[in-house]
Amino acid sequence: MQQEYLRQLPNHQRGAFQKGIAWRLHLDAPLLLGLLLLMGFGLFVLYSAAGENTDTMTRQVVRLTAGLGAMFVMAQIPPRTYRFWTPVIFAIGLVMLILVLLVGTEAKGAQRWLSLPGIGRFQPSEIMKIAAPAMMAWYFRERTLPPRLKDIGIALTIALIPALLIGKQPDLGTALMIAAAGLLALFMAGLSWRLIAVAVLITAIAAPLMYNFVLHPYQRNRVDTFLNPEADPLGTGWNIIQSKTAIGSGGLDGKGWLQGTQSRLDFLPESSTDFIFAVLAEELGLLGILVLLSLYLFIVGRGLWISLQAQDTYAKLLGASLTLTFFFYVFVNIGMVSGLLPVVGVPLPLVSYGGTSIVTLMASFGILMSIQTHRRLLGGH
Amino acid sequence: MRSNIRLRDHHRERQIFSNRLIAGIVIVVAMVMILIVRMIWLQWAQYERFALLSEANRIQTQALAPPRGLVLDRNGTVLADNRPDFSLTVVPEQVRDIEATLDTLGKLVPLADDDVQRFRDIVRSRRRPWEPVPLRGRMNDEELATVAPALHQLPGVRINAEAIRHYQYDELFSHVIGYVNRINVADLARMDEATLANYSSTHFYGRTGMERQYEDALHGNVGYRKVETNAQGRVLQVVEEKRPVPGQDLHLYLDLKAQQAAWKALGDRRGAVVAIDPRDGGVLAFVSRPGFNPNLFVTGISHKDYSGYREDLDRPLFNRALQGQYPPGSTIKPVVGLAGLEHGATNWNRTIRDPGIFKLPDTERTYRDWKKGGHGIVDLHTAVVQSCDVYFYDMGVKLGIDNYHQFLDQFGLGRPTAIDMPGEATGILPSRNWKRAARNAPWFHGDTVNVSIGQGYVLATPLQLALSTAIIASNGTHLTPKVAQESQARMPGTDVIMKDPANWQRMHQAMEDVIHGTRGTARAVGYSSKYRIAGKTGTAQVFSVAQDDEYDEDELHERLLDHALFIAYAPADNPAIAIAVLVENGRHGGSTAGPVARAVMDAWLLNEKGELEIPPLLTPQAQTRPPTNKP
Repeated sequence: MQQEYLRQLPNHQRGAFQKGIAWRLHLDAPLLLGLLLLMGFGLFVLYSAAGENTDTMTRQVVRLTAGLGAMFVMAQIPPRTYRFWTPVIFAIGLVMLILVLLVGTEAKGAQRWLSLPGIGRFQPSEIMKIAAPAMMAWYFRERTLPPRLKDIGIALTIALIPALLIGKQPDLGTALMIAAAGLLALFMAGLSWRLIAVAVLITAIAAPLMYNFVLHPYQRNRVDTFLNPEADPLGTGWNIIQSKTAIGSGGLDGKGWLQGTQSRLDFLPESSTDFIFAVLAEELGLLGILVLLSLYLFIVGRGLWISLQAQDTYAKLLGASLTLTFFFYVFVNIGMVSGLLPVVGVPLPLVSYGGTSIVTLMASFGILMSIQTHRRLLGGH
Repeated sequence: MRSNIRLRDHHRERQIFSNRLIAGIVIVVAMVMILIVRMIWLQWAQYERFALLSEANRIQTQALAPPRGLVLDRNGTVLADNRPDFSLTVVPEQVRDIEATLDTLGKLVPLADDDVQRFRDIVRSRRRPWEPVPLRGRMNDEELATVAPALHQLPGVRINAEAIRHYQYDELFSHVIGYVNRINVADLARMDEATLANYSSTHFYGRTGMERQYEDALHGNVGYRKVETNAQGRVLQVVEEKRPVPGQDLHLYLDLKAQQAAWKALGDRRGAVVAIDPRDGGVLAFVSRPGFNPNLFVTGISHKDYSGYREDLDRPLFNRALQGQYPPGSTIKPVVGLAGLEHGATNWNRTIRDPGIFKLPDTERTYRDWKKGGHGIVDLHTAVVQSCDVYFYDMGVKLGIDNYHQFLDQFGLGRPTAIDMPGEATGILPSRNWKRAARNAPWFHGDTVNVSIGQGYVLATPLQLALSTAIIASNGTHLTPKVAQESQARMPGTDVIMKDPANWQRMHQAMEDVIHGTRGTARAVGYSSKYRIAGKTGTAQVFSVAQDDEYDEDELHERLLDHALFIAYAPADNPAIAIAVLVENGRHGGSTAGPVARAVMDAWLLNEKGELEIPPLLTPQAQTRPPTNKP
């Protein structure tokens, strides 16, 4: 009977239901392949960026493996379960964010860490990277689409409350990312183009006001530096000047692997973390950049494809917003390193060294795989 | 189609989602295109620029200062060399907060306001970026031990070992060799690009004397080292190196022994001694007292020391030998006598009666002889030996100012001697034109009377007196005084030709009798000497002490006394030294200035056993070295 049904399906859909090993493990083979290639490429670049330090490499491999583990676990849980627990997890996340502000651990002038007995130190904001778009998806599943004004208001609240709490730590990068994830979900839900235009207009007007009255001095500094890095070439402008120099001097084919003078002679700051893209650009040139962007595009394409095929609104919205947020990370990081955007602390996904972000990202890909592999034969209702 | 109850329209929702997904894909692709365009801009369009920047980051060119040439006396004794010194330097480009760094350093080692001020001046000036700027020199061991451990917390601050100038004999050569000190903004501003590059890591600059005159030769040529550094400035490897070309050593004609003798003989008196070898024009001794310690100036003199020098009434920074202009007094008589002979104003047989005063025809103005009652019947020989003023008044008027000026000019009076030393004063050899230009007045006979005995308008530096004495000693041979053997300078002019060369010998004889004759004015000078000396005494009236300067009574009195002058050469029959001595307020040339000259001549002409041994001239190759001073 199932065989019969399959035969009637279009070719591409039939393939998806034929059970391979990956499928039985609830893994999406193309997405997994893309991720593994990206990780491999990232390790290749990191080896040079970290000055051929094997310790760093080992720790990064451990972290990536942990990420793959998280992905695997998340892929086993069906979307239904996620949907059911979404409000609870979102609520827990909010509570922890408030706790961070009250009793969090301070590091480098910001309170981002929460120490929990038995679990250790972690950043609650990482949970929100998934929980916030999930909550939006959950909310919109109960509503008709396109969203009405009231729904938009509630959705914005869902996205902005955690974003504001995180911005208060302060962690501008993550706050922006979570707000972006929420807005992307809203966009996918069908927010009318007219409202989007109005929002863009308001942002353009509000930006100077934000600059003057809301931003912390250090954040204002970053914006100043972005607008004119040469004003303080040895101070705050140093990073961006050195990073642009690294990228530009790479040329079309780069200086060669392990040959980047900017990074290897320490001119490039944060070369193995936030600015690792500049190392790649310096050593592997435009060619290497195109390879990297192709890998990212493939992963994003696959993620969007999975979302398109998802069977209910929750899965569609969650899948698409997680995927687009992933791309957004890529864009913001590369834009920042190449001087298109102000410096905000956003790592290059799956390539930058360290951070809990690898685990979070891989967990979200696990959710995408779960969405893909838990589809029932008959479309969603 | 709206209704109050909204029904779920799955098809429409799927449609919305698909549309949004397509929009999302379009946006993603657009953003990727933006990134790619940005990369093409940076890596292709701007590649050259960033490649250069990156290379400039990686490779730093460190200039290597050439070691400065030594200064040696004629026997090869080192008078000035370079000694290691530890100084605290700062690379301002590597310091985020200069004020905080200065603050921290100030707590570790004493920093004088002078040091900090000079440092700030240099930092603000036109200088090469990434070059260490000296903050404090002469760090002692204790200070080094305090600062060294703190350096790793002070990026950009370094202890720099450098060679600094050292003057072995402190004050002795202060007015000849001069000194170097820290190169400053004004020095750099004067340089053209090539010179500026050559000085890119030089911290010292010749300020006065030989150090200034031969700065180019002493300095040498800068070398460089291209090094690969990391962002902290740590040198990883040397990529390329060109050694600096050391500065050339400067060989002087000066004789340490003669210089020391002159210095010692002058004692604590203010005065000057210049001794010239009449055989080649080489300067054997060049002393101006008081002197100063040039070592104090090298790394920056303190305000206290400097104002000490500036406010000293004896003006130790004033180079009397080179810049002091004094009436030559009677020391000018041999030259004026020669002028009278040459122009027929007198001859050796002509006598006059000296009643002690001289009256110009047709005027009531009288001019006194220094000796009351006069010298009686005198000829030229006696007039020189006894320094009879009236004879010269009379002869001077016959000679006339035009002949006077024309003849004396040949002896280097009233114009630069072209000595290889900066800042020479020219003195005054008056003429009608000079008086019209300088005083806007016609020349009077009375003026001629005064200048005939070296008073009135005529002024000369001790150097000029020594030179004219040397020219007399060498029978009019043209000479240019030279301090360094490398000097290529030549005073304009030719040999002094006398119509009757015998006049030289007669004048020599007269000058010898000044020392050795029974009536000579400087008999004490020649006492028990191993060789014959020819000379002439002189006194110069001090005409003015500035009214508003505050002197106490004794001071005032002492400083109004006449200056004592003495010129001489020896041995009289084969001169190897010509000398001029000035002792300010020394009153009598023979008794105060004469012994100084004798001491210098002894130092030069006698060997260790006290026997006459005329030093040989310097070897020809030393004199024909390629020109090293200014092009």
